[in-house]
Amino acid sequence: MTAATVDSDLRVHREVEHLMGMPLSLALRGRHAGTATGAAAWAAALVEMREADAVFSTYRPESWVSRLGRGEVRLDDCPAVVREVLDLGEQACRESGGAFDIRRRGADGRRVLDPSGVVKGWAAQRAAAPLLDLDDTDVCLSAGGDMVCAVADPDRPAWRVGVEDPHALDRVVAVVPVRNGAVATSGHARRGAHVVDARTGLAPTALASVTVVGPDLTWADIDATCALALGAEGECWLRARSGRSAVVVRQNGTVAAW
Amino acid sequence: MRRISFWLLSTLTVLVLLFGYHTSLSSRMPTAAATPVISSTVSGSGSSGSSSSGSGSSGSSGSSGSSAATSSTVTGTVAQTEWGPVQVRLELTGGTIQQVDVLQYPNGNSRDAEINSYALPILVQETTDAQSANIDMVSGATVTSTGYLQSLQSALDQANL
Repeated sequence: MTAATVDSDLRVHREVEHLMGMPLSLALRGRHAGTATGAAAWAAALVEMREADAVFSTYRPESWVSRLGRGEVRLDDCPAVVREVLDLGEQACRESGGAFDIRRRGADGRRVLDPSGVVKGWAAQRAAAPLLDLDDTDVCLSAGGDMVCAVADPDRPAWRVGVEDPHALDRVVAVVPVRNGAVATSGHARRGAHVVDARTGLAPTALASVTVVGPDLTWADIDATCALALGAEGECWLRARSGRSAVVVRQNGTVAAW
Repeated sequence: MRRISFWLLSTLTVLVLLFGYHTSLSSRMPTAAATPVISSTVSGSGSSGSSSSGSGSSGSSGSSGSSAATSSTVTGTVAQTEWGPVQVRLELTGGTIQQVDVLQYPNGNSRDAEINSYALPILVQETTDAQSANIDMVSGATVTSTGYLQSLQSALDQANL
């Protein structure tokens, strides 16, 4: 392949759509970047995301999860994906020793079903499927800062994913070159301390952000959230997870990467 | 030598175990007898290198935008892993990683996909902003739509639309 061919292939086509209260950003390179086929796959990805939102949103009182949480329907009544997501949540709870829990404590102390900590990564990984099917096309699909990456042609470079500095949001602390895999970051930077340790109900502050790089976004996202919720123990916990690399920014500004 | 190079060299063993560059080099596998060369001087305590301060920098001056800075190539030793030998080569310009090539990687078993499916993060200097880091996407704490316009990602999107 000549250099000129590589250059023309590497034009990045981008799309942005806002849904589920966050931006969904797409970058495509290669054969279907900017083509009608590429646009159709993007439309299919958006349909997947909207369907996931309709089923799982805790902001929509009519969603299956909201109705399940209120006890109006049984799990068996719900679409099969609800059980799939709740099972992931149970697994994450076990593996994090209870720090991650999709049944969060409500204001009155009662547990409220809120699987959103699992849904975003899971939904984005699913939504990426029609894009990943595009022939000879590289994909980077980001759901609010968590992304699925794929490079179809071994002669093309990896996607370069910047890891935001939680203490200076216009800067990056690391770059991850990703060919096929996922990158997810959980941190307190943008929404305040929204991740809590379910064991205590408190937001741990030892870590400012946790970025996990792994084979799929579902677990990269879960692991990043678990590690953040575990606070000071989170870094150790994450190092023991195999098949991942990570960037951890501690509250004091020091950075660990492996 | 800048901090990032130092960090990478000191963690080369980790790097070769956690690389994310796969099949691209299958067509040009080196000979098994590739000479391990580390051409750059690594000073100080290499230790585990598993963590590094995000702040502070070495004495080198100049921004990473000065692409005319010195280039160098560093080849790591061959690391034996349970999946087979791994060897990487880094190309650096003025302390910035330009490219990482995997000269040798394990092949021939089903674990390849697993170990090749993720990549090692490369720490950057404290002065690195999105532009000089030359990145495609930004991973950060969940960006709400309202905060989006201030985010790095929006800058990237706009530059390419």
